[in-house]
Amino acid sequence: MIKNTCDILCELCADCLVITVSGEIDHHGAVYMRQMADEAIRSYSPERLVLDMSGVSFMDSSGLGFIMGRFALMRELGGATLVRDPAPCVERVLKLTGFDKRVKIVKNHKTEKEHERQRI
Amino acid sequence: MNVKEYKKRSGRPPLAEITNEIKLSFPSLSANESFARAAVAAFISQLDPTPTELADIKCVLSEAVTNCIVHAYRDCIGDVKITVRLRADRSVCIEVKDNGVGIENVEEARQPLFTTGAAEERSGMGFTVIESFCDKVKIKSRLGRGTSVTMTKRLSSKPKAGAHT
Ligand SMILES: Nc1ncnc2c1ncn2[C@@H]1O[C@H](COP(=O)(O)OP(=O)(O)O)[C@@H](O)[C@H]1O
Ligand SMILES: [Mg+2]
Repeated sequence: MIKNTCDILCELCADCLVITVSGEIDHHGAVYMRQMADEAIRSYSPERLVLDMSGVSFMDSSGLGFIMGRFALMRELGGATLVRDPAPCVERVLKLTGFDKRVKIVKNHKTEKEHERQRI
Repeated sequence: MNVKEYKKRSGRPPLAEITNEIKLSFPSLSANESFARAAVAAFISQLDPTPTELADIKCVLSEAVTNCIVHAYRDCIGDVKITVRLRADRSVCIEVKDNGVGIENVEEARQPLFTTGAAEERSGMGFTVIESFCDKVKIKSRLGRGTSVTMTKRLSSKPKAGAHT
């Protein structure tokens, strides 16, 4: 088993599934994260999926594929997806490719996040 | 041919002198994507790039290497070869080469959202990212022979104060 340079954490808060991805998102990591994320999405069928990307230190276009893939799966299941607090490297790639207009992005939810953490 | 003649004939200035160069070769395993980024970033750090420049270079390298792994050697494992050249004018030239399947239509492949890997969740934005983060991109490909992608980025100049030679 080869170590991954990224991490994924799935937490359920009411009808909302929060998936926190961190570290380096490349093709190698995305293949693994896709499996983990889809398992959680399919077992919880949440109304809302939040992809927290505040802790991402690197992302290339494989990360775009990962975001859009989850977006498509959620839509298929009748739910919405949003990207929360994208790190600067994530935002740069989203903006540059125009993908920032294809997904909903929310910023400065740090305080809400702290709150959620305390509840768990 | 001296510099003046070269300028006259080609209409552009000659390339600056190569000051350093590395070559890397590794099998097309996805675990090597992060290795390639780290190795090239370490080599380039001798030019003292800005954090954004370094991040951009890691990103375009990752795109080109991933393309070898995902597309060129779709059903097999082959060699990915990287050459990085640093030039006196602070430009970084990275060539990523494979002996894989090749690209049928390079112009089409460069288009945003074009991908033959939709099933693997490729976004089709790899070449778009490469083109926007680099100053110059050259793609050469032959079907059944392989592909080489040459990416050049000129780093911003550093303030002279405190500089060592
Ligand atoms: N090294 C390569 N060998 C063969 N085909 C390639 C190579 N690089 C790119 N391609 C082709 O060009 C297309 C576009 O590449 P890119 O912009 O990186 O998007 P993506 O990798 O997301 O498909 C790929 O889908 C593939 O068909
Ligand atoms: Mg690609």
